[in-house]
Amino acid sequence: MSLNPAVAAGAQVASRRRNGPARRRRARGRRNWAGWGFVGPFMVVFAFALIVPIGYAIYLSLYRQQLIGGNAFVGIDNYKTALSDPQFWASLRRVLLFLVVQVPIMTVLALLAALALDSARLGWTPLYRLSIFLPYAVPAVVASLMWGFIYGSQFGLVARLRSFFGGHFPDPLSSDWALSAIGNVVTWEFVGYNMLILYSALQAVPRELYEAAEIDGATQFGIIRWVKLPAIRVAIVVSLIFSVIGSVQLFNEPNILNQLAPDAITKSFTPNMYAYNLSFAGQEYNYSAAIAIVMGILTVIIAAAVQWYGRRRTA
Amino acid sequence: MSVTETVSLPAGTEGGHKAPRLARRRGPRRRHSLLLNVLMTVMLLYALLPLFWLVVNSTKTPSALFSTFGLWFGGKFALWSNIHQVFTYDNGIFARWFGNTLLYVVAGAGGATLLATLAGYGMAKFDFPGKRAVFAIVLGAVAVPGTALAVPTFLLFSNLHLTNTPWAVILPSLVSPLGFYLIWVYAAEAVPTEVLEAARIDGAGEFRTFFVISSRLLAPGMVTVLLFTVVATWNNYFLPLIMLSDPKWYPLTVGLNNWNMQAATAGGQAVYNLVITGSLLTVIPIMAAFLYLQRYWRSGLAAGSVKA
Repeated sequence: MSLNPAVAAGAQVASRRRNGPARRRRARGRRNWAGWGFVGPFMVVFAFALIVPIGYAIYLSLYRQQLIGGNAFVGIDNYKTALSDPQFWASLRRVLLFLVVQVPIMTVLALLAALALDSARLGWTPLYRLSIFLPYAVPAVVASLMWGFIYGSQFGLVARLRSFFGGHFPDPLSSDWALSAIGNVVTWEFVGYNMLILYSALQAVPRELYEAAEIDGATQFGIIRWVKLPAIRVAIVVSLIFSVIGSVQLFNEPNILNQLAPDAITKSFTPNMYAYNLSFAGQEYNYSAAIAIVMGILTVIIAAAVQWYGRRRTA
Repeated sequence: MSVTETVSLPAGTEGGHKAPRLARRRGPRRRHSLLLNVLMTVMLLYALLPLFWLVVNSTKTPSALFSTFGLWFGGKFALWSNIHQVFTYDNGIFARWFGNTLLYVVAGAGGATLLATLAGYGMAKFDFPGKRAVFAIVLGAVAVPGTALAVPTFLLFSNLHLTNTPWAVILPSLVSPLGFYLIWVYAAEAVPTEVLEAARIDGAGEFRTFFVISSRLLAPGMVTVLLFTVVATWNNYFLPLIMLSDPKWYPLTVGLNNWNMQAATAGGQAVYNLVITGSLLTVIPIMAAFLYLQRYWRSGLAAGSVKA
């Protein structure tokens, strides 16, 4: 906690006013159960909504529903099945491809936009900032429906473009382009959010650093490379982690676009869609729970790797 | 414009950097860069184009949807009749969905903000047995992605006979680990420990101190968390999709997608205009709230992202 001058002054006044024994006694005995009164309610709901389901998922993943005799303990059999399930691997490869292509594109766009906003060389900074951030408020359902209609062959804009280009324009909802089409919807939704995280961090960089660099003869690009980017590294890592988790967890957008392109975007397009359809269409709850746990562990590993990489670069 | 904006930021979030920023703004202004303006205009158009498409197409009749150019008005101006149809279709189920969404937002986002504020404040200002464990558990559980837990949560709630009731949507929405974290960071700076000490010496109980003094100091942080949770609950799709099977408890998002499925499967293109106009009506309230309150959000994000 950084002490700003006003607080520091207040503290001095306070300590001068009450230097009695009562104060000293209190200062020593501060560790008590009062904090639980505040943290307790959150933790109760947290346990019910997160901890218990995690435990239940692990429990389910170790059992198998039998035709006779209910649940039988099968150890890690469900996990073995998952790791040799071609549908699971195909969906996993798809989101990993999505991750390596979409996340960098979106992050670079967000970074460029944030640097442009921060440069003070734009005419209408608040207008740009608000407009680009606005799609974040649009529900994923509405975003996917809108883009789905735009992509669509019936009254979509892309259909117009295609007839204009005489069929040389790709069909976004064909199986070759479906992943890119989803990537575009996700980028549209979240580029402004990431821009805002990075822009907020840029705004907190002391301006003296830029002036010092300018006096030393640094170019604008030099300042970006050697002053701005290092200064906001933590924010970049935070934004990357959000994006990475989002892409591994991809569900809403493909699930809604599935209705427009059921052949290109299948029911097992992403691991999450696969797990969802296993449970709700196939009643394979135990196997679905195993896939959920595998994806949870994988997400944690990837997010930790991003963070570790970010830290290492700092050192 | 930019100067007043700087000043209107809530105190305590970026306090230390205000002076240099003001100084820079008053200094010689840089020239506007044409290239940067053009690039940002392209991004602005990219962001706004689909929304413009939505507005344009909600004014069209079902037949004009198919026959006129998507990015400009065409045919009869049918916005009012579309809106009327949205609210009367299927015995006015859309109004019911609207009410459901409001219920989930008020109870879910409001409750989540209250719980996160209490807990974040408790973490920032108290030392208690098990504090490290709370930190470790919250951090660990947050890393496990929410959607991965949806199925087990559904099965659990189903055993407790909570599915297909509003509780199934509200209870999980009450947890906002991000809000918990933001308030924790915010309270550490916004609420001086000396003030709490003084209140204790005057004999005020901890909760009274919180509601009378601390909650006011925490207000900007709370608005930030409220915005996050309002947007999250208003836009929530996966959780209600899993938990609810009775359309009368659907929120707008699930209901809209249901209409879209009807249009796609039954070949009944007649309801596409309802999907589009319904989408517009779903987006307008959340955008209004968002635009009105976003400046608090921005500064709160700054606190969180810089110190994460």
